[in-house]
Formats: sequence, structure tokens, C-alpha cells
Amino acid sequence: MTSMLTPEQRQYAKEFRAFADEAVAPHADAWHRAQRTPPQAVRALADQGLLGLPVPTAYGGGGCDAVTLGLLAGELGRACSSLRSLLTVHTMVAHAVNRWGPRPLKETWLPRLARGESIGALAVSEPETGSDAAAVTTRITRDGDGNWRIDGHKKWITYGETADVFLVVGRSAEGPTALLVERDTPGLRTELIEDMIGIRASMTANVYFENVRVPAAHLLARPGLGVSHVSGAALDLGRYTVGWGCVGILDACLDAAADYAGRRVQFGSPIKEHQLVRRMISTMYADAQAARLLCLEAGRLRDAGDPGALAAASTAKYFAATAAGRAAADAVQIHGANGCGPDYPVQRYLGDSRVMEVIEGSTQLHQVGLAEYAFQERAPRRQR
Amino acid sequence: MSIDTTAAAQTDTRARIAEYLSRFFPVHDLKDDENIFELGFVSSMFAMQLVSFTEHEFGITVENEDLELEHFQSISALDAFVTRKLLAAAPR
Repeated sequence: MTSMLTPEQRQYAKEFRAFADEAVAPHADAWHRAQRTPPQAVRALADQGLLGLPVPTAYGGGGCDAVTLGLLAGELGRACSSLRSLLTVHTMVAHAVNRWGPRPLKETWLPRLARGESIGALAVSEPETGSDAAAVTTRITRDGDGNWRIDGHKKWITYGETADVFLVVGRSAEGPTALLVERDTPGLRTELIEDMIGIRASMTANVYFENVRVPAAHLLARPGLGVSHVSGAALDLGRYTVGWGCVGILDACLDAAADYAGRRVQFGSPIKEHQLVRRMISTMYADAQAARLLCLEAGRLRDAGDPGALAAASTAKYFAATAAGRAAADAVQIHGANGCGPDYPVQRYLGDSRVMEVIEGSTQLHQVGLAEYAFQERAPRRQR
Repeated sequence: MSIDTTAAAQTDTRARIAEYLSRFFPVHDLKDDENIFELGFVSSMFAMQLVSFTEHEFGITVENEDLELEHFQSISALDAFVTRKLLAAAPR
């Protein structure tokens, strides 16, 4: 499938693969067990310019296209879904700021996000609010001086424990409202959530806001448009990179399953000769290619500015996440008891793949929502 | 742009917007001034689809400063917004 890439994208893909193989994959199981991403790992990503890769060059980023960003998410996802999640949430925040931030806010924050000096996290989910983002209850009110005040509780915030800046969506008098909030703001407190089923190194946290004062200039878009436009833009990109991350999980499952099936001997032959094992690997093989093609198409449309890119990102995420779930379950099955124990990475892939079917639009949300795109594309055209 | 070509471009802009929006309201004969946001829930990504369509179809950028819902609430409003953006970007 490299034939679908430009020479520049192919070169990037090679570099991303080398980085993932050398700096990430060898440590991913240890990070998973420790339930921590060491700061050096984040630093390494930043030093390579990878955290700012899609940020426009005018703001100090790499200005890369969507396909290139996808290739990076895929390689990181193959090595470590937690670190890939960092790329996802950080680029979601940078994208939302670039898309709907006032110019002074962009000029201050985008260079920091591009250099990875500041890590961004998205704070939308709450204890009682997941898929229905417009129902957030975190209160955003105006102070007498025109600045903002936040009170509420955000939960399941990926890298919330270490992020430097949060894109917070709460409810103001005008409706869902998005603000950029620095960690050091008085009244903001985080608390690590441990023992997650997957992306266990992702420093997922509760984030509490008690009378947190935010400058008026930290508003993105308009009050009332925090979900429809700000979260919508971020989520669209998040679905795209999560889809690619799932392509990475599929690749990792295929690598692990093919290797193990070639070495493991039962009934006098390597289990790769057993038909039902072959069936699982065949499905994985086809799924990995289909997921990659859907993600490449979503990237191509995104790069073309095509409005169909939103539907394509949802489709790619839905397919890739469900395929990653199948592949991880089968990879564990092929490994037998070894797959259930701590010595092989497939156990990690299984937990990570579960999370992929929950975040950035659950599988069920896509199963309801994708039909809407099908209806739109097939609606009778009205000429005037 | 001459007055004639401006008028023709406006008609064309309006028709393209109407054609796109009809996908979202297939059983409803959308009037030019009808507020699409009052017609009920479309989908969570509708607002971003509309921004993306506007940018892609007419080659303009919807800036943060342009992000007033009134610009997107009806065929006429979006037509007026696009026409203003195109005129502002046209060489003088």
C-alpha cells in the first residue's frame, strides 16, 4: 500500500517506523505495567518534532498533511496505544485552537503545543456525560470583569494527570462553551485513575474545577458552539488518528500472531498449519488492509478539504476499532495460555482495543450514526 | 466583477447551497429564509459538515471571526455570507 503514498510520505513512514521500533516498542510493556508514561518518552516525541507535526509552519509546527499524521499515529499505535493516545489528544487540542481560536490565543499557544513544551488534553467527558457531549454539566459563568469561571468535574481525561493545558467544554448561559485552561490555574486539580482495562500508561485522570478563573480571551469559537464546532472539529481529527492507531494495533496483532503461530508446535506441527489458526490470521490480514485503506481514504479526503472527510473518518474509525477488537481477541486466542499471561504483548493489545471501541464515538454510536451519512449521500437531489 | 456576473454568481451560489442542504432535509422543501437550526436535530457533525462544505465548495476560509450562527442558519444567509467573502477576496 506504500504505492499510494508520495515519496515524502514514504520517507516519513520509514522514519516513524524506526522511531516506534527503537524508542517506543521496547518499553511499551513496562509502561503498561507501571501505568505511567515516563516524561522522557514524551520528550523524545517532542524532540523529534512529532507532537507538532500537523501544526501549521507559521506557528512553528511541521505543517504535515493528514496522511502523514495518520502514518505517525499508525506506527505509534503499533508500538504503544497509550503514547498514540497522547498524540491524539494533543493534536486534537492544537487543531481546535488553530481552527477556532482567536489570533492572539493561537500565537501564544500553537508554538508551545508545536514544540511539545506544553501538552494539551481534551476535557469533555464527565462522570455522567460521555457520548452525549452537549449534555455536559460543568458550569461556565461570566465574572463581572468579563472573564470566565469554571466549576465542575471532568472524568476519563487522557493524559489529564500530566497535561499542561486543557480544552474544556462546559455549559454557559448560551450553551456548550469551550475554553482553553492552563493546568496551573488556581482551583484546578487532577487525580490519576489507575487500573484501567487499556491504554494503562495514558495517565488518565479526573480533573476538578473549583472557581477556576479563565481569561475572556481563552474562548474558542463562540459561547454555545463548544460542542457543534469546537468539540466537533477536535473529535473529527481524533476519530481519524484513533482509526490509524487501530491500524497499528492490527499490525501488532498480526506480527505477534504470525510469529507465535510459526514457532509454537502442537500435535507435531507448528500451529500455523492448523486450519482454524489460519482462519484467524487470514481475517486479521484482510482486516488490517481494509482498515488501512479506509484510513488512507479518510486522510486523502481530509487533505483535499472535502466535506466527505467527516463521514470517512467515522467510517474508518468504526471499522478499524472493531477490526482491532477482533484481531486482539484472536491474537490472545492463538497465544493460548501465553496470551493470558504477562509475557506477551497481546494481552496489552486486547485491553487497548477495548478502549478503542469506546472512545471517539463508541462502536454503537457509529452503528447508529453512519446510516445518516448513507442517507445524505443517497438523498434525492433537489434542483432549483 | 460586473453587476451581471455578480448576479449570476449569486444565483449559482444559492443553488449550490440549496442542493447541498437538501441532502439533510430530503422530505422537506427548504425555503430560502427558513432557519435550518430550528428544523430539529440532524447529526452531531452537521455544523462541521456545513463549514467544510462552505470552504470546499466556494474556496473560502471560515475564520473564527466569521463564526456567527446567523451566517449559516438559512440558504439566504449562507448565500449572503459566501458572496461577501468572495467579494472581499476578489482582486479589485
